[in-house]
Amino acid sequence: MLSTDICVRLRNPTLLASGILGISYPVLKRVYEAGAGAVISKSISIEAREGYKNPIIVKTEHGWINAVGLANPGVEYFAKEIENCDIPLIVNLVGSNEEEFGKMVKILDNLKIIAYEINFSCPHVEKVGLEIGDDPELVYKIVKKIRSLSKKPIIVKLGLGSSNMIEIARVANDGGADAITAINTIRAMCIDIDVAKPILSNRIGGLSGAAIKPIAIRCVYELSKAFDIPIIGCGGIKDWRDAIEFILAGASAVQIGSAVSERWLDIFNEINNGIMQYMLRKGYKSIDEMIGIARY
Amino acid sequence: MRIVEIEDVIDESPTIRTLIFNDKITANAKAGQFIMVWLPSIDELPMSVMIPYKYDEKLYAAISVRKRGISSTYLYSRKKGDKIGVRGPYGRAFEIKSERSLLVGGGTGLVPLIRLAKQNRCHTLIMGARSKDEVIFEQLARSMVDRVIVTTDDGSYGLKGFATDPLEELLKEERFDIIYTCGPEKMMKRVLEIANRYGIEAEASLERIMKCGIGLCSSCALDKYILCKDGPVMKGSIILGLEEFGKCYRDKSGQLKSTI
Repeated sequence: MLSTDICVRLRNPTLLASGILGISYPVLKRVYEAGAGAVISKSISIEAREGYKNPIIVKTEHGWINAVGLANPGVEYFAKEIENCDIPLIVNLVGSNEEEFGKMVKILDNLKIIAYEINFSCPHVEKVGLEIGDDPELVYKIVKKIRSLSKKPIIVKLGLGSSNMIEIARVANDGGADAITAINTIRAMCIDIDVAKPILSNRIGGLSGAAIKPIAIRCVYELSKAFDIPIIGCGGIKDWRDAIEFILAGASAVQIGSAVSERWLDIFNEINNGIMQYMLRKGYKSIDEMIGIARY
Repeated sequence: MRIVEIEDVIDESPTIRTLIFNDKITANAKAGQFIMVWLPSIDELPMSVMIPYKYDEKLYAAISVRKRGISSTYLYSRKKGDKIGVRGPYGRAFEIKSERSLLVGGGTGLVPLIRLAKQNRCHTLIMGARSKDEVIFEQLARSMVDRVIVTTDDGSYGLKGFATDPLEELLKEERFDIIYTCGPEKMMKRVLEIANRYGIEAEASLERIMKCGIGLCSSCALDKYILCKDGPVMKGSIILGLEEFGKCYRDKSGQLKSTI
């Protein structure tokens, strides 16, 4: 009843968002066993990255601002970490150009992972993420390069940059992307007025949580109107109502991020149960039937 | 983030100081819980919550810091009137049992045990230090715990040897219902193994690299557990089954590094 399709069939539509918990295989496996439909790794880069100094996160009135700095063990180490992968794992990749992505895909492609998610949207690290996601030509080249090397589904994760999201999605689609995740965190900042200093060590970070949900809903709505490929909603989902809202806007699945901090790993089962109850009340038999029905 | 002012500073040893501040929320922390301490423009450090000595426990809390790296030395050097940021308390605390308890701690690992002894009557505390200079909280401990045993590695004070030496001796003679421990991982591993051998329940407060403190970044992963959520206090029976405990830790990038 809860299964859904994002170019690969999942047992339910709740995914662990990239950047959350996904640094070690034992933890990813535990999140899957706790109820997630699939899990997504942290953004993996060619070389290991230590990330930024603390503080890397600060809570605000309606969300969190984080600048972790893409801490990850690097692609070669991570490939070993997940060599015995037996869960639906999507590996998120971050890099600066098509050569870097090509190298990473060659190292990972023989592993039992179900898809790649390409980070075109991290808003707080130079020369990667949103900085390349704002460049349509580069986005096209990177997706095309990965397409030429792999048969696995390619998901592009988009954010709010200075380019038009629909245009970036279109070139990604032209390059061979199979699905779109929207949205990443939004560039933001928080200053403590007592000590008159920004709280995050990187000063600027990405805003997540309830504050960005209406924006993410709008993005999913517009993307799903413009494209026939699956859209994965992300941004401020904390309960089943939020998840349903994304599905009605056009999402085939949703990603849970910062809310994990509040509800911990039970959140996946809680949201899935809530979706199921809603479907029973409304008479829906599949997630498919609900995707995008709010559109007109 | 709450900005608090340091109201008192106590020298515990040549390298350890306790900083006392007024913060009702931290004052409510259970023994074993930690807070994240923000040093504006410098760093943010996870710190176990200490008791505030003579200050009102309902309003005040404290942290005890050893100067080691740049950030901890900066925190150690804060003076009365300086401001720091705090968030939390976070994490799983010691489970309080009203039975005959035995505490084994070393170094600043004694902090959560002192808080535990304040919140709940504890029978015996074994505290280990490298040398006489490094013995901390002794008078405080004697005022709260029925029996305090001090060991030093070099024998310059108390019994010569490690905290685990008198532990074995005590367990041969006496019955305890639970053992709580916090300190260097090597010491905790020995304590848990001994507790296990004598069939006594145990809890240990563990440490890994802590960044977000709220279960998002997984810097503090230990096997499949996330210490800021599942810990820092975990049950001995679980800890002894972990592959990484006592052997390795994840560095800032997430790579496993050997501690042996």
